[in-house]
Amino acid sequence: MSGEWETVIGLEIHAQLATRTKIFSGSPTAYGAEPNTQADLVDLGYPGVLPVLNGAAVRMAVQFGLAVDATIARRSVFARKNYFYPDLPKGYQISQYELPIVAQGHLDVMQEDGTVRRVGITRAHLEEDAGKSLHEGHVGVSAIDLNRAGTPLVEIVSEPDMRSAKEAIAYMKKVHTLVRYLGICDGNMQEGSFRCDANVSVRRRGEMKFGTRAELKNLNSFRFVEKAINHEVQRQIELIESGGKVVQETRLYDSDKDETRPMRTKEEANDYRYFPDPDLLPVVLDEAFIEAQRQGLPELPDQKAARFVQQYGIPAYDAQVLTASREMAAFYEEVAAAVPGETKLAANWVMGEFSAALNKDGLDVGASRLGARQLGGLLARIADDTISGKLAKEVFEVMWADRSDADAVIEARGLKQITDSGAIGRLIDDIMAANPKQLADYRSGKDKLFGFFVGQAMKASGGKANPALLNELLKKKLAP
Amino acid sequence: MTAATLAELAAGLAAGSYSSVELTRAALRRVEQAQPQLNALISITAEGALADAAAADARRAAGHAGPLTGVPMIHKDIFCTAGVLTTCASRMLSNFVSPYDATVVTRLKQAGMVMIGKANMDEFAMGSSNETSHYGPVRNPWDTSRVPGGSSGGSAAAVAARLAPLATATDTGGSIRQPASLCGVTGLKPTYGRVSRYGMIAFASSLDQAGVITVSAEDAALTLQAMAGFDPRDSTSVDAPVPDYRAALDAPLAGLTIGILKEFFGAGLQPEVEAPVRAALERFRALGAAVKEVSLPSLPLSVPTYYVVAPAECSSNLARFDGVRFGHRCADPKDLHDLYKRSRAEGFGAEVKRRIMTGTYVLSAGYYDAYYLKAQKVRALINNDFLRAFGEVDLLLGPTAPTPAFGLGDKTADPITMYLNDIYTIGANLAGLPAMSIPCGFAGRLPVGVQLIGPHFGEARLLAAAHRFQQETDWHLKSPPGFAEGFA
Repeated sequence: MSGEWETVIGLEIHAQLATRTKIFSGSPTAYGAEPNTQADLVDLGYPGVLPVLNGAAVRMAVQFGLAVDATIARRSVFARKNYFYPDLPKGYQISQYELPIVAQGHLDVMQEDGTVRRVGITRAHLEEDAGKSLHEGHVGVSAIDLNRAGTPLVEIVSEPDMRSAKEAIAYMKKVHTLVRYLGICDGNMQEGSFRCDANVSVRRRGEMKFGTRAELKNLNSFRFVEKAINHEVQRQIELIESGGKVVQETRLYDSDKDETRPMRTKEEANDYRYFPDPDLLPVVLDEAFIEAQRQGLPELPDQKAARFVQQYGIPAYDAQVLTASREMAAFYEEVAAAVPGETKLAANWVMGEFSAALNKDGLDVGASRLGARQLGGLLARIADDTISGKLAKEVFEVMWADRSDADAVIEARGLKQITDSGAIGRLIDDIMAANPKQLADYRSGKDKLFGFFVGQAMKASGGKANPALLNELLKKKLAP
Repeated sequence: MTAATLAELAAGLAAGSYSSVELTRAALRRVEQAQPQLNALISITAEGALADAAAADARRAAGHAGPLTGVPMIHKDIFCTAGVLTTCASRMLSNFVSPYDATVVTRLKQAGMVMIGKANMDEFAMGSSNETSHYGPVRNPWDTSRVPGGSSGGSAAAVAARLAPLATATDTGGSIRQPASLCGVTGLKPTYGRVSRYGMIAFASSLDQAGVITVSAEDAALTLQAMAGFDPRDSTSVDAPVPDYRAALDAPLAGLTIGILKEFFGAGLQPEVEAPVRAALERFRALGAAVKEVSLPSLPLSVPTYYVVAPAECSSNLARFDGVRFGHRCADPKDLHDLYKRSRAEGFGAEVKRRIMTGTYVLSAGYYDAYYLKAQKVRALINNDFLRAFGEVDLLLGPTAPTPAFGLGDKTADPITMYLNDIYTIGANLAGLPAMSIPCGFAGRLPVGVQLIGPHFGEARLLAAAHRFQQETDWHLKSPPGFAEGFA
């Protein structure tokens, strides 16, 4: 039944800009301070205070716009979004409305199957964050922490271009990668530096008109975005198929119960009474400023991935994975440089054993227990046949645990591969002598017993015999 | 010798004729005496004033005194003053002690001025008669049954009654000039952006401008010199050099063309106001100015335009008064909405509520284009009209208010009649232009002011013209019977 339905998703991503101070005041933006210690009179919305725009936030928004190939507004305007809430000190949020700083960009997002989908970015605008209402640990009252009030955000609004939760996640991850590449957001989702609302609707396949959408709020991890969207899609389909109608509303995702529930309907929605903020001048940017920002952009993920394919000859998919973060990409390049000519081997190890070890310990590349040169040192021993790939995995585990170098581990444990044909030949002779029945059977046509001899010989060598050499010698010696 | 102006007082201080402490004591005595009659002040800061005066005397003794050092003054209670009650004449802020100084306050403090109190005003500067104050109306020293005008009614009445030689004031739609006219004193509203708005509690941010009420144009020049200039805390303050206003005062009137605003002399202007205003025009002509009639066809739309733009901004600016962080909070709120609703219902007076509601309405979905957006377009037309006029003339002249001071309670029943009192002053706010009101005669026993409007950043020219007029006339030196004639 659900095969008839098409899902339509658009995302609104809030990325907290990594400025030192707030967007309209001189208070620091650092996370985790004692409540209300990082809010000055401007953040508290005291009578008579005025906002002054932080130029660093403007530069970061422009860098984002340039990175998604968007139009940078030569003139953008801050507007007031008016509503009452205890953690919104002024009774309005300073945002951008009719004239955002960034418009009409796009991102090309590679899907799991390797196809690329272009997602339009309608706009990205600057705004200030609100504070936080704290309910835990307070009985009968709510507490307000305004440390976050005035933290700069860029809100990135996509076109409704995504057709599944997986596509939405892929896009969101791409944006996440990009803002971290640019160094404009730390991407920390647990601390709320990178959050997302999803607009979700369904329509029958082939239908041109969009269905009525629901806006899902409070999606603060990639996993929740996926779960919430899938849940919401199912809810809408079941609703329509049972004769109901989707109403336009805001729904809150509850990760504990894994469900969305209504927060407010369109009728209950605030009329925000946007109007240009008379306390702030329009932001006017000239060509030279924009060009300077363009020149200052780092190599972006897509550019880097293309270069990896070209320079290292690795598959596009590998390049995509390895360039997911600047740190991972740099790590790969250092490993690759340590084992010239073995770029694919390096890619396999960085994406495989190395990433798995990081994940297992919950570490970022920056906090890795092994440096790129150390990993490169291990791969060099595979490349020069000192150890086999299989043994290398064991060596890696020891290196990871002890933060040691490959050569030291190989040396200390005597793991050096045996490539001396005389020694291997003697080993084989011993095994043939010890297993006369198997030898006779093999020679009378039981080819399958070849594996038995390989196993025995490898075991006798402590796993150190060079596999290719062992095979070659075995074939020769076992032959009738 | 009686010092009749700030300039004379400064000279007396410099000559050692009296100390700042002596002047401050005398000013405080006059304030105490006049307060029951006029209600011009909300707070009297005697203790701080005497300490500041002593410091000013010490500074003078050390040879570091400036032209304003040691002079007593009054701040309109819209300016935040650290450690001192800052009420905006509202119950909402009746318990608000500001933790910081407004930039205007800081600058005048740095100049060595001595604040003796905070002036009464219309609540949040919304009103033209000073009758919306939570602290009761101010009375006009020329006739205490009449209003002083508003919203800077306390500032104008205080200077008229010679309580202090200057009081700061703010002008959003005429709030400096109209009370100056009604009280027979000199009022200067500078160009929008000339003086910082930081620490001045916002009413309508795109219109609000800090200025000063004094006895003379020369005094206004001296004060503006200290107040004006770019402030990094106010993005709308303009980073342009501040000229030497006092040095420019002696510029001759010959060669100056004064435009008389056709639209300001129509129906609604009382003949007893028109007569002294026209006489002032003749005086300017006699002093060498050329006179030319100009028309600003969009100007009659300024009142409706203003009453869309100003309430819209006010509805948003006053949202921060929610009972959560400062100001009035209702007793025993049962939930958040109750807290908001009752705190605001109790904290704001009727006129403030009317404007918040009007402003909320004009910004609402479905009405925004018809009201707010249209008003902004008309505002641009009015601005263009003024720019065109200043292509032909150097200054514009007209009445400041259509009538002299009216009786307390006369216009409170009908807000529209009250709003029309600002019909001649609002244009300069919508266009951001500098403007002054200076005394030019009387309607019976009541003073009348003439308004001069200059081009953007044309304060020096404006002040010079007013100064030349005041050198030839003594209307500005008349003080109301029963009050002091000078400051020392």
